[in-house]
Formats: sequence, structure tokens, C-alpha cells
Amino acid sequence: MTTQMLDEAWDLSPAVALRPEPFGAMAYHFGNRKLTFLKRMELVEVVRGLAGCRDVRSTLQTAGVSEAQWPGYVAALQGLAATDMIRPRVTSQEAVA
Amino acid sequence: MTILETRPVVARPEGGSLIEQFELGLDAPICLTWELTYACNLECAHCLSSSGKRDPRELSTEQCKDVIDELQRMLVFYVNIGGGEPTIRPDFWELLDYAVSHDVGVKFSTNGVRLNPERARFLASTDYVDVQISLDGATPEVNDYVRGPGSYDTAITALANLQDAGFKDAKISVVCTRQNIGQLDEFKALADHYGATLRLTRLRPSGRGADVWDELHPLPEQQRELYDWLVANGEDVLTGDSFFHLSAFGVADGGSALPGLNLCGAGRVVCLIDPIGDVYACPFAIHDNFLAGNLLADGGFENVWQRSELFNDLRSPQTSGACTKCAFFDACRGGCKAAKFFTGLPLDGPDPECVQGYGETALASADRVLPEQGKDHSKTNPTRNQPIMLTLTRREDLQAPPVSACAENPLAGFTF
Repeated sequence: MTTQMLDEAWDLSPAVALRPEPFGAMAYHFGNRKLTFLKRMELVEVVRGLAGCRDVRSTLQTAGVSEAQWPGYVAALQGLAATDMIRPRVTSQEAVA
Repeated sequence: MTILETRPVVARPEGGSLIEQFELGLDAPICLTWELTYACNLECAHCLSSSGKRDPRELSTEQCKDVIDELQRMLVFYVNIGGGEPTIRPDFWELLDYAVSHDVGVKFSTNGVRLNPERARFLASTDYVDVQISLDGATPEVNDYVRGPGSYDTAITALANLQDAGFKDAKISVVCTRQNIGQLDEFKALADHYGATLRLTRLRPSGRGADVWDELHPLPEQQRELYDWLVANGEDVLTGDSFFHLSAFGVADGGSALPGLNLCGAGRVVCLIDPIGDVYACPFAIHDNFLAGNLLADGGFENVWQRSELFNDLRSPQTSGACTKCAFFDACRGGCKAAKFFTGLPLDGPDPECVQGYGETALASADRVLPEQGKDHSKTNPTRNQPIMLTLTRREDLQAPPVSACAENPLAGFTF
């Protein structure tokens, strides 16, 4: 599961807004009205970086997260995915299919 | 309250728990309550804002829209609108529309008086609007006793209108009292019947609530009943995190605290904007001691939130006095500041409803002085909607009608 997500492309959900906070960020989902806190600045950077990267692995690399910490970050991202804060990217090919 | 020139920089722990971070405050509130008006058609006995009459200084439509613009800039994603009865403001629906179209979602509390079928259909057609109908008894007798005659029927009609219009997931908001704790299952059934979600909150001795708190607040054994009910049914029930003073029950049972923040968020993650733009630390503390500033006079809401001296005090480390020695301090963290303040207890002492019983001891102390309730918007002359908190009972010590000393009948005073 963990490694699988590393190779997938994810985006911030279009219904989600991130509000910067001194310790990280607050994420609010306008659709399901769920509120989540990102407790580390690095995680905020990763979440914001998702859309600009090919997959989660390269997002983590770009954000400078050491490989030893990847499982922790992937777990955090999976937590965000569970409440639709982030969602798998739909490529144009898939959208057509 | 003074607005500081510069914003104090607080040293924050890296990582750390969310509670530790919240205690130091956020850049904008998570949960903002905005009382749009002090005017109300009802005169509930326990009204925490002592509402009734409109304040002539009430913010105008344009001023309200400026506040919404500022909330949008601050990324405050939703507000809880209340009053008074917010829907009796003529521009209520306009402001609702304005907020939603500016990314500020709205949850509003109402007694239901204006939720006719047409309004219900309008609400069903909107996104980002949540409706919360206040109901403090699962039966008319219990509800109308504190909310006034006819208020039960008004609320139920509103719920039925919302359901008929296809509005999904309205909230039924209940203040838990001595009279209604025994009705929790009935409230749940009522919510299920109307496709609504039940929301339970704590009775605070704020506003007119101070006058009736002694009679209405749940008894110690009812606190346990409420806690057990929340543990058994809590998944589908909202509480606004208002029962964190009960969390010590769970820790004593070897379990954990109730889900939620379990922390006083006053001035740290919550606050209140009142109808004239005064900003208070919390919806339950409309009193000069908790007044941070005014958004018209003090340079806008963001300035008050980030720079007021009071809020910065609340965000600095607090002393919790004797409570810190209690084995359950981590569960309740000293309880609710408003509940302590309005019952005349010191803010660094136990909550008046402390489940360890320390509150009762403190309440019995002789040097307790109740604070003056300075902000009274109650109607000067009560109307027919005023609840009459009287019940007819028999005196237990009497077996028969009293006998006059002048009674001459030889059978006077005999009972058969």
C-alpha cells in the first residue's frame, strides 16, 4: 500500500482550502465540511507540491523529505485521502476512457 | 480592552500536540460565532446572550458585508450565526447569500419562527448552509417550560418544513438540563424521524442562564447519565466539544476522554462577534471581562483577533491553581472559564460542575460573589411568549387542606 501510493499521482481536492497557521496549516473541505490540521510545515509543503509533481515520490524528493521519513508522510497522506482532502489525479486519458 | 501595537511572537514547540498548539492560539479562529441581532421573538429563561430587544447600534447590512469580506480574506471558512433570533433581521437572507458566495459557509441557529415552506425550499437549494433548530425538551411540557409557550410547535413545524423541502441533515440543538436529561433517547428518535442530527450542548450560567442555573443545571448523577449516553450513542451525535468537563469520568473508568478538543478554546480557537461588533473571547462570555475590542473601533476583526491584549493573555500559559494537582487535570484542564466566572468561582479553580465534586465544595464557599450581568437586552415588558417557570405541586408535609384557627365545625381537622 505504502509503496503503491509513492508511484501514484495525487492532487489537493478542488473543494479544499489550506489556511497557513504558525505550526503548519488548517485544511477545510467545503464539500464534506471536514476540518483537518497539518501539524508540520514540511507536510504542508508536500501537500501543496502534489499537483506540480508526477507522483508522490517526486513530491517528497522535491520537498527534501529524507527517505527514512517517507512511510510517515505516506501515512499522513493516506489519512488526508480518507476524508477526500487529497484525491488521485485523473489524467486526461482516464477521463476520456 | 487594549489593542497591542505589535503582535507578540510566541515561541512554539516544533511538532507537539494539537492541544499545545491551540493553547497558543491560531492566526484566525476555527469556529467563530456571530450573533447578528439581540432581537428575539422568544424570551427563553436561560438565554446566554440575554436577548430580547434589538440594539440600536446593530451593524448595518453594509457593515456586515464588510465583516464577511474580512472573514473571507482571513480564510475563516464558516461561521455559526445566532442571536437573538437571526432570521428576524430583514437582511438575514441577503447576508446568508453574501457569505456563502464569498466562501464563508454558514451554520445558523434559529427557533424556527421564519422557516416556512418557502424558506425551507430556498435553504434546500443552497450549498454550505447548515440549519440548527433549538429545542430544549423532547415534549412541549419540558421545552416550553424554559423556551416559552408555543416554542415546541414552532420548532417541530420548522423541522417538518425542512424535511418536506428535501433539506438534508438539519441539526436539532439541545441544551442539556435537569429536566431533559431523561429524554435523550426521545431526542434521538425525534432527530431520526426528521432526518436530522442531534446536537447536545452544555447549559452555561451565562446571560439570563445565571438566574436559572441553580434550578436547571444537571444533577451530579445526571452528569454520569449524560456521559454514559454520549459514550453509547456519541458517534452520531454532535456536542460542539462542550462536555469536556465530563472527560474525567472516562479517565477514571480507565478509558479516554470524550472525542474532541477537550480544551477551553476561548480567544485561542473560538470567539464571538456580537450584533454591535464587539468581540468577546467566547459565545458564553458576553461580559466586559471577556471583551477583546470592537471591530469598528479597533481596526477590524483581524486586528482584534491577533492583537488584543485579552486574547494574547488567554494564549499565554495559564495557571490552573489547585486543579493541576488533580489526577484528572489532563482530561478536563480545569473546565469552562465562563461557567466558573458566572458562578463566582475563581478562573484558576475547579469548574462548578467538576465531576470529582470539587465544584460543589467551591460553590458552597461563603466568599463567592456573582458577577454583575452587565449586558441585558431582555424585553422591558415581558410578552405572552415569556416562559412561566412554575409548576403546580402538593406540599409533601400536608395530608389535608389547612384548618383555620376559627373553624367551628366539630369535624374540622379530621382526615378520613
